[in-house]
Amino acid sequence: MKLQEYQTKSIFEERYGIPTVEGAVASSPEEARAIAEKLRSRVAIKAQVLVGGRGKAGGIKLAENPDDAFEKASAILGMDIKGINVKKVLVVKAINIAQEAYVGVVLDRKRKCPVVIVSGEGGVEIEVVAKETPEKVHQFPINPCAGMRPYKARTIIGKLYDDQNKIKAGAKILMGLYKAFIDCDASLAEINPLVVTAEGDVLAVDSKMVLDDNGLFRHENLAALRNLDEENPAENEAREAGLSFVKLDGNIGCVVNGAGLAMATMDLVKHFGAEPANFLDIGGSSNPEKVVTALKIITRDPNVKVILFNIFGGITRCDDVANGLIKALDEFKVDVPILVRLTGTNENEAREILSRANLPMFTTMDKVVSEAAKLAS
Amino acid sequence: MSVYVDENTKVVVQGITGRDGAFHTKGMLDYGTKVVAGVTPGKKGQEVHGVPVFNDVATAVEKTGANTSIIFVPPQFATDALYEAADAPGMKVVVCVTEGIPPLDMVNIYDFYLDKGVRLIGPNCPGIISPGKSKVGILPGNIFKQGNIGVVSRSGTLTYEVVDSLTRAGLGQSTCIGIGGDQIIGTNFLDALSAFQIDPETQGVVLIGEIGGTDEQEAAKFIADNMDKPVTAFIAGQTAPPGKRMGHAGAIIAGSEGTAAEKIAAFKNVGVPVAKIPSELPELMAKSL
Repeated sequence: MKLQEYQTKSIFEERYGIPTVEGAVASSPEEARAIAEKLRSRVAIKAQVLVGGRGKAGGIKLAENPDDAFEKASAILGMDIKGINVKKVLVVKAINIAQEAYVGVVLDRKRKCPVVIVSGEGGVEIEVVAKETPEKVHQFPINPCAGMRPYKARTIIGKLYDDQNKIKAGAKILMGLYKAFIDCDASLAEINPLVVTAEGDVLAVDSKMVLDDNGLFRHENLAALRNLDEENPAENEAREAGLSFVKLDGNIGCVVNGAGLAMATMDLVKHFGAEPANFLDIGGSSNPEKVVTALKIITRDPNVKVILFNIFGGITRCDDVANGLIKALDEFKVDVPILVRLTGTNENEAREILSRANLPMFTTMDKVVSEAAKLAS
Repeated sequence: MSVYVDENTKVVVQGITGRDGAFHTKGMLDYGTKVVAGVTPGKKGQEVHGVPVFNDVATAVEKTGANTSIIFVPPQFATDALYEAADAPGMKVVVCVTEGIPPLDMVNIYDFYLDKGVRLIGPNCPGIISPGKSKVGILPGNIFKQGNIGVVSRSGTLTYEVVDSLTRAGLGQSTCIGIGGDQIIGTNFLDALSAFQIDPETQGVVLIGEIGGTDEQEAAKFIADNMDKPVTAFIAGQTAPPGKRMGHAGAIIAGSEGTAAEKIAAFKNVGVPVAKIPSELPELMAKSL
């Protein structure tokens, strides 16, 4: 789950003592003007969206005075950035930048520990720096048992600065950033750029955090920050029902259990010359309600010409899926053909349930997918 | 022989009184697995399908001689269950089925298991089966057949799909391991491949990978450097839209975007045949033997 910049900024500042740029979030030009009046300074107006490249898209503007802030905020609010409508702007004091750097913490699946990444090239996309000038990106795996120790933080920040005061200030920020990463169950915590101002202060000018969904159960306050209006409504509905759903452009609706089998099913749909309408994993331990929701979401897509079930039961019981399918068909009408392949745990019970509803049942994945591809063409 | 579990495996089920725990305890018993104990805190004295329930793992192990645990408890309690399992004297193998464990918990758990010398399989995995000997997991036992092919997979249900086709083609299995799809897992491809390489019962290995990370690329290198048994592979997600799961900062560290194309190329470069669709695997495997 991605957090907005203003959300991360306040977490970094209030809970982890990371100095950021003074400012506040606004949902209207009037609010933006009021914030600028309070700040008594030139301000930067920054679109709050969860996609990268907002600066290039015109989503960040400088304003000279409160009236200008009103104008610039009017221009940015409502703007479309990569398909996302801007609903909020962050209004912060404009600062005099002397030096920009990058500092981030991520989880490294290979080394099985958090890794701190720093670079003297800040304010640009770190992926680009890593690709073009990998020697300018420094990585430090952190022993999870030791955690982030002050000496380590000073060593890491020493890659960025020579001046002892800046190293001290930067190390304190890194200690806070690492703590935020661990405390919040983040998969990424990032400051880009970390700025040294003309006055010599070290500040987080842009703050970003991505939280791991698996950790949200123990962070109710963070889970409540989810930015629903920037996510696909069907994907939200699916998540609430415990389904994993991604909308695609094809015409074969897929209901599968397990991410690997769901991807393999999509691969097979393409192999037979058709295109999947979605990725959908009903997960393990499925109850019939999940299947009802899955069908509701899929049938809402007007592109779908045929629906394909590919279930190999393990922890998912085939009879649960069959019951869900029957329940869904009782609740609402499905106008497109449904092809079902169910095998594995409680397969015989499922077969019986489906035969009562006269639904054809396939035995292999190749057969059900090739038949679906034929019907969809 | 076989890998990690065999006829001497004695299982304790953590979370045995839950819906899934009870259901799959029956499945394991029906398969012939020696399920000797269950654990649910506060439910000591109950029985589930004839299996005695204890309050804690250490007591269950002490009273029954269990050497392997399978964990079915919900994610909120799974971290604790994982530590408890590895802390019990005599524990050898722990299989964690639970999905949704925070990855930062797994970072510490991984080190704890290394320290204790306990083999962890999973989390978020379907478990492990040595057909005809023992099943410790949720895999549908009827599709497996005892034989000489080792199977290792990041996926659950896709493994069943592949095993089913292997069995239909007459290719039985020595051991099938579902290593799980999470970022931090106890047993990875390298661990499984080296175990299969030294297992006298295993003659060939089927590896099922998917997009994300670089485990498959490392497996390809390992196969080239350390294995003389034939390996065949399938990679799921060849048509998956990019940007799933892996952040870009993660990709920087891995030095790769983790696409199916990269992984397939890595295997082909070292002479490992890669199936285009899962149903091609049995023929490819049979040819390599």
